[in-house]
Parts: sequence; C-alpha cells; structure tokens
Amino acid sequence: MEIFYSLQEFMTYSKGITYLIMGAILILMPLYWLFLTDRDEKKETY
Amino acid sequence: MGISRRKFLGWFGGLSATAATAASTAIAGGNHHFEGHPDTMGVLHDINRCIGCRKCEEACNTVNELPKPEKPFDDLSVLDQKRRTHADVYTVVNQFKIGNEKKHVHVKKQCNHCMEPACASACFVKAFKKMPNGSVVYDESVCVGCRYCMIACPFNIPAYEYDNAFSPKVTKCTLCYPRVQKGLLPGCVEACPKEALIYGNRKELIKIARERINKHPDQYIDHIYGEHEMGGTSWLYISGTPFSEIGMREDLGVTSAPELTSGPLSAVPIVVGLWPVLLTGIYAISKRKDKVAEEEKAEAVKAAENAADEEMKKQIAKIKQDAAKDKEAAIKREVKNALDEAAKEAEEKAKAAAELTETADAAPEKKEDE
Amino acid sequence: MMERPSRISIKPMITPINVVLGIILAIGCVLTVLRFTGGLSVVTNLDDNNPWGIWIGFDLLCGVALAAGGYTTSSACYIFGLKRYHSAVRPAILTAFLGYALVVLALHYDVGRPWRLPFPIFWQQGTTSLLFEVGLCVFLYLTVLFVEFTPAAFEWLGFPKLREKIVKLTILLTILGVVLSTLHQSSLGALYTIVPSKLHPLWYSGYLPVYFFISSMFAGLSMVLFEGSLAHKYMHDKMDETHLRESEGIVLGFGKAASFIMAGYVAIKVIGLSVDNNWHYLFTGYGAWFLLELIGFVALPAFVYAIGVREKNIRLIQRTAVWTVLGIILNRFNISLIAFNWHLPSAERYFPGWMEIAVSLFIVAIGIVIYRFVTTHMPILYEHPDYRSDH
Ligand code: SF4
Ligand code: SF4
Ligand code: SF4
Repeated sequence: MEIFYSLQEFMTYSKGITYLIMGAILILMPLYWLFLTDRDEKKETY
Repeated sequence: MGISRRKFLGWFGGLSATAATAASTAIAGGNHHFEGHPDTMGVLHDINRCIGCRKCEEACNTVNELPKPEKPFDDLSVLDQKRRTHADVYTVVNQFKIGNEKKHVHVKKQCNHCMEPACASACFVKAFKKMPNGSVVYDESVCVGCRYCMIACPFNIPAYEYDNAFSPKVTKCTLCYPRVQKGLLPGCVEACPKEALIYGNRKELIKIARERINKHPDQYIDHIYGEHEMGGTSWLYISGTPFSEIGMREDLGVTSAPELTSGPLSAVPIVVGLWPVLLTGIYAISKRKDKVAEEEKAEAVKAAENAADEEMKKQIAKIKQDAAKDKEAAIKREVKNALDEAAKEAEEKAKAAAELTETADAAPEKKEDE
Repeated sequence: MMERPSRISIKPMITPINVVLGIILAIGCVLTVLRFTGGLSVVTNLDDNNPWGIWIGFDLLCGVALAAGGYTTSSACYIFGLKRYHSAVRPAILTAFLGYALVVLALHYDVGRPWRLPFPIFWQQGTTSLLFEVGLCVFLYLTVLFVEFTPAAFEWLGFPKLREKIVKLTILLTILGVVLSTLHQSSLGALYTIVPSKLHPLWYSGYLPVYFFISSMFAGLSMVLFEGSLAHKYMHDKMDETHLRESEGIVLGFGKAASFIMAGYVAIKVIGLSVDNNWHYLFTGYGAWFLLELIGFVALPAFVYAIGVREKNIRLIQRTAVWTVLGIILNRFNISLIAFNWHLPSAERYFPGWMEIAVSLFIVAIGIVIYRFVTTHMPILYEHPDYRSDH
C-alpha cells in the first residue's frame, strides 16, 4: 500500500478510484435492472 | 395532489442522506491522521526581527527572474500602502503602525505552503502539488486558468496574469523549489540581513519558535502562526503583536481545505449509488400504479362485459325458452290439430257409417253426440 | 406529411426585439475579439482578490440553476409518471440543452486557456476538487441532454429509425439526467464550502450543496413557467392543441410544486441558521440583506404561488415565476459576489465592468436566437403529425 503523508494525497488517490467505481455503477445498475426484470411480462419502455 | 408531494418526498429521502454526510466533516480519511512528510521544510519568520528593508523582495524578484518594478526595492515609500502578491510579485513586506507608540511592525507575505494546500485541493487538473520537501509547486503545462485555486486560498496568495491572452499563468512563491533542489537556500532567506527568516525542517522550526516564545514571553505572544492554521503551513510566524493587527487573519480555523470539502465530496458517490435505485423505484411504482389503474380499468370493462354477457345469456335463454315454448305450443297445436282432425275425421267417418248403417234409427244417436 | 400553414409565421424582420438583439450580438462579437486577443484584463474588472466575476456568478451559477427545468420536468413526466406534463418536456429539454451549451460557451470566455477545458476530464483529474465534479457532470449532462433532444431533430430531418432507438432510451436518460443534475447542482454550492473565511457566515454553510440542489428545483420549475408564458406570447402560432390544452394544468401543477419546495427551502435555511448559531448576524446590514433574499425572494413568492394555485390564477403564477427567478439570481449573486470577500475593504471589492455585462447579455442573446430558430423549425411546441402520441 502506498504511504500517504497528507489528507490531500490520500483523497486524490481514494477519490480517483471512487470515480472509477461510480462509472462502473452507472453502467452496471441498468444492466442489473434489465436482468432483474427480464422475465417480467413485456414491459413497455418508452 | 401529485407532483409537489410525491416529488418532494421522493427527493427528500435521498436528501437527508446527502445532508447527513455534508454535515459531518470527519469522513475524509476515516480515522486516518496525516502528519505531513517528515522531510517537510519550511521558513520561520520572526516578525520581531524584520526591519522592512525589502531585501527579500529584491532577492525573490532576482531569483525568479521577474520584471523589475517601477519603484526600486530600496524605495521604502511603497511600505505606506498595504500590498498583496501579484502576478510578478511573489512576496511583499507590509508595514503596520501599532497603537500610538509610533512603533512599526513589518511582515513578509508570500505563499505559506500549506500542509494541506487549499489550492491543490481546489484545482481540477492537479496543477498544484505538495512536494516531500514542503514546497507547493505549480505546473503551468496543465492549468486551464479557472482561478478556483485563487478563490480557495485562505491567504489570498495566488495571482493571475490577467493581461496575458494566450498563456496566462497562476503565479506564486515556490519556496524556491528549483534552488532548494540545487542545495541552495531560498532567495529571500539568503538575502535577509537580520535573520528574520530561517529555513529548516518544519518540526525543528516549531521547536525553535517555541523556545523563543518561552525564553522571552514578554516579547512574543504565545502563538505560532501556521502551526495549526488551516491544517498547518510550512511557513511559520512568531510575533510580539497580535497577528490580527498585522494583517494576518486569526479566524481561519484549523480545519484544512480537504477536510472542508470532504463532506460534499463523499456525498457524490452515495448519490451515484443510491439515486438510480431510488429513481427506478419511484419509476417502477408509478409505472405499477399506471398498470394497476389500467388493470382495474380492464377489469371494470370486463366486469361490464360480463354483466352484459349475463344479461345477454339471460335474454338468449329467455328467447330460447320462449322459442321452445312457442315450438312446444306449435307442436301441441299441430298435434292437437292433427288429433282434432283425426278425431273429426273419425267422427265424420263414424257419422257417415252411422248415417249409412242407420238410416232408420238416426235421431237418438244425434242426441247422444250433442 | 400534413400541411400546417397556420404554424408558418411570416414575421417582419425589423422588430424592436430584433434590433436590440442585433446590437447586442454586434457588440458581443467585438468584445469577443478583444477578450481573446487582449486577455481578461481588457474586458473584465477581475483582479487577484476577486478572481470570479459575473461570468461565473451569472453565466455559470445562474445559468445552470435556471436550466434545471430540464431534469425537473422530464423526471416529473417520465419517472413520477405525471404524463399530463408531457407537452412541457420538450421545450424544457430544449432550454436546458441550450442553457448548458451556453454555460460552457461562457466558460470559454472566463477561463484563461479555454482550449484546455477538456484537460481535467481527459488528461489529469483533480479528483479532490468540487470543480472537477462540476466539470465532469456538466460535460456528461450536456451529452445526455443532447441525446434527449435529438428525437425532435430527427423528426424534423426525417430519421424515424434513429428516433425510435433514442426514444427507447428515454427512461434511462432521464434517470441519468437526474443523477448528474443532483450532483452538479449541489456541487456548485459545494464549491464554496472550501472558503469559510471568505464567504459571509450567513451564506456559508455545510448545507450549501443541499441549498443549491433544492433551489435548483424551484428555479427550474419557475423557469419553465416563465419560458412558457413568453412562448405563449411570441410563439403561440407554433403550439398545437395538446400543448395549449395541457398548459393550464402544467402552470398550476408546477406552481404548486415550486411553492411547496420553496417552503422546504426556507425551512432548511432556517435550520442552517440555527445549526451554525448565526442568529446574531441577522441584526447587521448583511442580515437585512439575507432576510430580504430569504423572505422577499423565497418565502413571499412561495406564498403568492400558493394564492395563485388556490385561485387558479394563471397570470399571477407566471408573474411569481419571474419573481422567483430573480430571487435565484439574487441568491447566486450573493454567494458568488456580494457576500464573497465581505471582509475586504470596499476599495478591494469587485464590481462588474460594462463589457463583462455586455458579454453576458451577448450569450443570452445567442440563446434567444437559437431558441427561436429551433422552435420555428423543429417539433418542440407541437407534436409532429407523423409521431403523434407515441413519444
Ligand atoms: S498559501 Fe494558498 S497558495 Fe500557498 S499553499 Fe496555501 S493555499 Fe496554496
Ligand atoms: S487556475 Fe489553474 S491551477 Fe488554479 S485551479 Fe484552475 S486549473 Fe488549477
Ligand atoms: S521562497 Fe523563493 S519564491 Fe518564495 S518568497 Fe522567498 S525568494 Fe520568493
């Protein structure tokens, strides 16, 4: 693990990763929703 | 009705989460505590020793190869005005008259090289960086020129080249990073004739400062400016005059810039994680309501249809019944007619036979028939 | 395609509005040249103590807040299922898209090296900065709005297949839009959480992001109402029956929503006062100014909205919308300019120069011209006859 000497460094690093995770969440959530509702009777998306 | 309440409640649920995170500030690094790099260097400015000769300003101007100012550095009349750093002035010495004793106090001002720099926290391209040796350096090659660093700096230090159309830069003291890398002292420190500036390891400087205060409690107020201000700074100051009287704000607090923004920043990923769930939920509910409404409608129609059906059936049945009755009646009629006819025929035949056979005795039979 | 002779208007080219727009555009072009050849100091009053002027205070902060109608309207219609607001969605999306595009345009004037604006997103990310968050979200949201807007353009150009594909994504785009809007609307307020020492305590608060987000909701709703009344006045011939029929319900519904959200906003502002124990500041000059903003430009319009809704007074609601919009502008100005650097002596304070104001007007004028072009040519205020009732 990296050694952080300041909160600023620590946050740059941790927020950087968090932003990547946020991107992943925004992509995965809709896919998961589709998976979840896949077998429902045809729902109309409009 | 609809929009106001539902929307408000919907958003409100999530909001309370946002508010909760925004309000607490300690989320930044969990329970981590950061002391800064052990090699952090700094400068101790002993304000009591400063005589306002502006030698440091001159040295800074030279080592940073800045344009020469209109008035030469040995012209002390500029001290009459309160000045701040500018694009081509990385450091200034200000003079303050204290009380009616006609005592003059001089304070040097430049970037304080914060332990947790607000400018670095604010910059959206990471143009500022706190180096292991304590310098907060600026990388011109990425700077967009949004000037948020200038907004953020609690000491109002960074300046901007507003008159440069094509490659404007933010400028500030570098703690002479290039010189220090070469093993030289910062220009201003080297030039100071009174040792009002001492360059050294920050921890050592704090010790020296504390010693001076302890040794001469009558000459110094018991406060090392920069030890804790805004999370601490690499430049440290000791003085015999209250800092607020010599242009240094004492109301900055000890919370560093990254801590101040950590609340809102930590709310961001939570919104990303939960908003889709919340909104999809509301969407699904309103969708479901629509569907239920639709189904109810469909059911009502069906029920109506069913009711109509029943009626119809009844009617059909009735019609059928009626028809059956009619038929029966008709058959009965037919049968009756047939029977009647047959009976008549038989009768007539009988009559005829009787008439034929009984020619003499007809009267009594006729009576019987009637 | 059906003929719509009633919607093709033959307007005289030289009207007072057009003349004023023309003059502003001409001056703006000159100032643009000045700005990009001479630097910021030629056209602005900015200095080292006041690095952000009205190009941030008005163009960015007010621009983004007033363009919030896009996410409020589309989420009301698609997420909360209030279908009767459907005819309000397209105009709202259009103004939001235009608004954000203009905000980005304005930023090109304000930042020192606009050609580097993509740097924070694609080159080196300053992840600890709230401005990074704002930049990223505005960039993404502009894209989302653009995609949301394309069906109208596709109908106009006649690409039914492409339009069909985008329409299928509506709900996804709407949710993404609300997420991004929540983030950058609140982060604009959070920009100022880093400066407790510069912003007056009455305006500084840990709740700043929440204040900005909530106020963006009623800002957006009021802006939709305001634009709606303008469009009715000047673009009446472009509207179809659905739009005209639904508009009264929209005005009442939005007025009601805005009024109640504003009440909530007043409540959390008071909570903010109490949490930071700032009561004593209320009795200073800044306190009076603060109360003017909170009571005169939030609480009162909220109340008047309520009267308008109760009495079904459309004109009153539309006038209150203007009042509320002014209140939002006042709030953003207070935070970015008036209560910012409040501790500095007045000589070191900022006041915008006429050229800065002219550039801001220039950008608004560009917006009006584009809005007029789009609403006269694309199916915004009416439904395209070939695509009726299925979007
Ligand atoms: S004093 Fe200002 S410019 Fe210098 S490091 Fe601190 S925040 Fe940055
Ligand atoms: S002006 Fe430059 S250094 Fe300052 S915050 Fe903006 S991009 Fe960063
Ligand atoms: S450290 Fe260097 S850059 Fe900073 S004030 Fe001194 S001479 Fe100037």
